[in-house]
Amino acid sequence: MSTAEIERQWTTRLRKRATGHLPPEKLLPDTQPAYVSSWIYVFGVTTLAALMLVILSGIILAIRGPQWWHSSSIGHFVNSTHLWSVEIFFFAMIVHLWGKFFMAAWRGGRSLTWVTGVVTFLASVGTAFTGYVSQTNFDSQWISTQAKDGINATGAGSIFNVLNLGQMLMWHIVLLPLAAVLLTTIHVLMVRVKGVVPPFEEQNGATK
Amino acid sequence: MSTKPFRPDVDAPEYKGKYVPYDIIKEGTIAIIVVGLLVVLLATLFGSPDERAITVKAWSNADPIDFATTALGELNGSTVTAKYGAPYNTAAPGQNLGPLRLAQFAGVTIPVNTVRDFVINPLSSLPYDKPLSAALTEWKSASASQQKSWVSNYTAGASKMTWSNGQINVPATNAGPVPELINKLTSMARSGALDQALVTGGGFYTTNYTKPLLFVADGTYLANLAQKQHLLGSQWGMMNETGSYPGQAWLWLYTFWYQVPPFNSSSNADVQVSALMGLLSILLLLLPFIPGLRSIPRKVKVYRLIWREHYSA
Repeated sequence: MSTAEIERQWTTRLRKRATGHLPPEKLLPDTQPAYVSSWIYVFGVTTLAALMLVILSGIILAIRGPQWWHSSSIGHFVNSTHLWSVEIFFFAMIVHLWGKFFMAAWRGGRSLTWVTGVVTFLASVGTAFTGYVSQTNFDSQWISTQAKDGINATGAGSIFNVLNLGQMLMWHIVLLPLAAVLLTTIHVLMVRVKGVVPPFEEQNGATK
Repeated sequence: MSTKPFRPDVDAPEYKGKYVPYDIIKEGTIAIIVVGLLVVLLATLFGSPDERAITVKAWSNADPIDFATTALGELNGSTVTAKYGAPYNTAAPGQNLGPLRLAQFAGVTIPVNTVRDFVINPLSSLPYDKPLSAALTEWKSASASQQKSWVSNYTAGASKMTWSNGQINVPATNAGPVPELINKLTSMARSGALDQALVTGGGFYTTNYTKPLLFVADGTYLANLAQKQHLLGSQWGMMNETGSYPGQAWLWLYTFWYQVPPFNSSSNADVQVSALMGLLSILLLLLPFIPGLRSIPRKVKVYRLIWREHYSA
């Protein structure tokens, strides 16, 4: 096989393109610009850490099924860790979002990074909502019977039935987490490709 | 050769300053450990809410008159479900957003006939009982206008409904089989058999609780319990959950609109608030591309706090 032939292979092209955009030193950097020194930057990694714990606790709950946590003290504790990691996840993500807003973090060709972040937030809201209506307790009864009106009024209720436990559980543990994790991965890779947005340049107190 | 002018809200200046050591793996590991410990601490201290789901059995035993009134409402078409419209039935056109009736356009995809699904079919699943069997035969063989007349006559006396000796009593004449149907459905509910009939109406296996949930929500028992837990819409209930837990605090803005004019008095509030939140979500999504909005961060200068070390250097 000739070198030219190898160069034309889809695999070779994909690898070169990937490593061109994201060489190892960008994917796993060992230095960063000095301006990246604020507590606000902690909330991005906190969001990721909380997401991992949400997934881990969710996997444990999934192993024993959707009703295990009602009858087992261990199951109830795992459910509690699931709840609190979700609360921390949203708290950190919303602070992260506001921080990025005030940094105008979309500057310098980073607008798609912002877009993927917002879509991830919206997908996460949907994931949490479907979790609340899948709890198989009073909360899920009340939340689903109230939420149906908002969703039905838009026409979406014709295919997205919040009173259908099986459908909501599938959305909660398969479809939406898959979307949220995929979007988060893309978002993080975009941050690594473009780097952290630099500060506004100021001259005599005014932005340039 | 001309160069494009620098746009401060779109372009970023090239950073020519110094770089400092950064251990991304160590940072991630520390974050997982710290957040993990915090999660375990919060879970240990506060746990999570788990109020048992209510059943039709619990409802009908706690408040048989509310149950029987709701069952009558399913027969006379006065409950929320009976009057709902799409996606359950065609009883109403549904909410409108200007000229658009989105639910009606999407159609009836989850058909629910409250008379058939909540009263007649569950009663028909009971073991043979002579008076009930006669009542069901009388009902099923009657014309729609006759059924309506019986239900109307029973409804006329329903405000004086009482519960005594395990019986629902309504001072009504010419109500045909309706008293027997309401009484037997109430007995069925109090025994727990109606819970099962509503769930397994479509077969042995099911994960779909649409019908029992709609029926339970048509009564006032569920709402009264929810009110005690501060879960009503007027109590910002959309973002709450039972007990003193944070709930879905991230839905505060969605809930907020329901508390203020014109939405708090609008009969189309659900579709209006959904549309407004959809619009706001799109604005947030497209913020980097919207002149004016994308300039806010530069003008409010919060970034000087975030990068204060950089600017003081």
